Amino acid sequence: MLTKKGLHMVFLLLIVSCTNETVEQFTYGPTPAPLNIPLIFEQNILAPIIPFNNPQTVEGITLGKKLFFDPILSANNTQACADCHTPENAFTDANRFSEGIDGILGNRNSMPLFNLAWNYDEKFFWDGRVFSLEHQAFEPVTNPIEMKSTWQQVVDKLQTHQDYPLLFNKAFGTSTIDSTLVTRAIAQFERTLISASSKFDKYLIGEGTLTVQELNGFNVFMDETKGDCFHCHGNANNPLWTDNIFHNNGLDAVITDLGLGKVTGDPADNGKFKSPSLRNLAFTAPYMHDGRFVTLEEVINHYSEGLQNSPTIDPLMKKVSQGGVHLTNEEKRDLKAFLFSLSDEAFISNPAFLNQ
Amino acid sequence: MKKLIAVSFAIITLMACQSDDQTIKSEATIRFNFSHNWDGTIVTNTDFNNTQYTNAHGETLSIEKLRYLISKLTFHQSNGEKLVLEGYILVDVTNGTHLSFSSKTLVPTGNYTNVSFLFGFDNEDNISGAYTDLNSASWNVPETLGGGYHYMQLEGKYINTLNEQTGYAYHAIRAADNSDPDNIIFQDTFIEVNLGSVIISNDTSFNIEMNIAEWFKNPNTWDLNILYNSLMPNFNAQVMMFENGQDVFSLESVSP
Repeated sequence: MLTKKGLHMVFLLLIVSCTNETVEQFTYGPTPAPLNIPLIFEQNILAPIIPFNNPQTVEGITLGKKLFFDPILSANNTQACADCHTPENAFTDANRFSEGIDGILGNRNSMPLFNLAWNYDEKFFWDGRVFSLEHQAFEPVTNPIEMKSTWQQVVDKLQTHQDYPLLFNKAFGTSTIDSTLVTRAIAQFERTLISASSKFDKYLIGEGTLTVQELNGFNVFMDETKGDCFHCHGNANNPLWTDNIFHNNGLDAVITDLGLGKVTGDPADNGKFKSPSLRNLAFTAPYMHDGRFVTLEEVINHYSEGLQNSPTIDPLMKKVSQGGVHLTNEEKRDLKAFLFSLSDEAFISNPAFLNQ
Repeated sequence: MKKLIAVSFAIITLMACQSDDQTIKSEATIRFNFSHNWDGTIVTNTDFNNTQYTNAHGETLSIEKLRYLISKLTFHQSNGEKLVLEGYILVDVTNGTHLSFSSKTLVPTGNYTNVSFLFGFDNEDNISGAYTDLNSASWNVPETLGGGYHYMQLEGKYINTLNEQTGYAYHAIRAADNSDPDNIIFQDTFIEVNLGSVIISNDTSFNIEMNIAEWFKNPNTWDLNILYNSLMPNFNAQVMMFENGQDVFSLESVSP
């Protein structure tokens, strides 16, 4: 039998319950936010990949951006995605290898993040070990030398946070947070990171000009007997400037990091890594999957005279026994000038991508 | 009574089946299947990356990449009219994709004096940047060589005269001599492949074989030690590819 005091308690609980329900009450209706596809992409290449179960919304992108810049995802609340993927570096960082929360270095260079929705095969990381952008976002959180957290810890912290339950409710219609929704939100934000306003882009759409040196460099890039860069790194009609495919580009005679080979188990894939986009090279040094080259000159010298033979080297690497095709110094300077014309200042300063 | 119903149902069903079988279709779905061999030995992507083939000149070689473009699948009628199926196919043996093509357009049943297709694009279709899927596949040809698209990318490794493993890139495009950049000389190198006459009375599959060894064989015995890379701007090499490509494709079978 309930006492008077007990009835008061029940009443109080009902009020509290009702109060909570009032807070929870929210009409779920996220605002669609289709990607703003640049004309140069729309005219030239296939449509971006947007999963049917994770459409772009204003609320999802807002939440994803907040999560991307929030160290709450790491075990000790010291490291955010943005620590290794900073806007000013086209969402990579300036280090050869990035530090995790315990100061331990990884063994791969942090990848820049842009135009990710146009990765048609959806294989992510340098070695392609993860399918889909959503699944990619799962890994760094629990990686013991990166954020070193567990999803249970992350979810608990987010669930008790003063802002996140409501933000998840707005984005996904539920304030019950789980890892899937976290990664979906981050992926939505990452898909908005579109870079298509370089000097070369403007040249292609008739809104800018190139120097003679940059044009000469483009010819070196497109010449099969010289740079022959276009077979793996796109062209004026494929403005992604990558094929998003995996190649052994002759870095080592003895391959210690198997790359794609470790993922597939096929020795024919040993030493193969994804071709990175050549956009934004002005901001993304050091270069290669292991960040071994500090400057773009070093990269060009590698392809020109530094190639190392190995069983899986790509057939497109030429004159390997001589180290490469031996570009002239002028050709190297021209090529460098062209490559830097693919850098997009507007992208790295876009307020929508900054932590503000 | 139950037995009678069951028997009646069976008869009706049989009649229905018989009726279906006897229906003469006025239009048929057409499918093209592409298979590959090396002088009769089946080649799929599981055979890639092994130095196991020997070309007519004697070099042993592997295949690491093979993809090629097929266009203008055409049905020729006796009155001279042609039915050209819409679209093209980028056959990608490396990834095992687009090895088959089913036409969106139904083909009227009847007798056809010839069925043909093009290896590559003819000049009407070979338009720079016109196809977003081919652009996305980085299938383009530099404008300094006339632009447009590759016809084929065949790559791998061969053992050279120094017994070294060396990469080769046998890329077929429209032949272009750009020694004078202001006056590029072109020669058509797309190949028309004729499969012969056929009677289409129902849905039909054309099973087409590419003998990869033929690219190195006839009439030009291909010396990979000389012609192994930078072949796109090599006008004579492109013409030789065109000549060798005449007997590369054959019709293995037509199956209803």
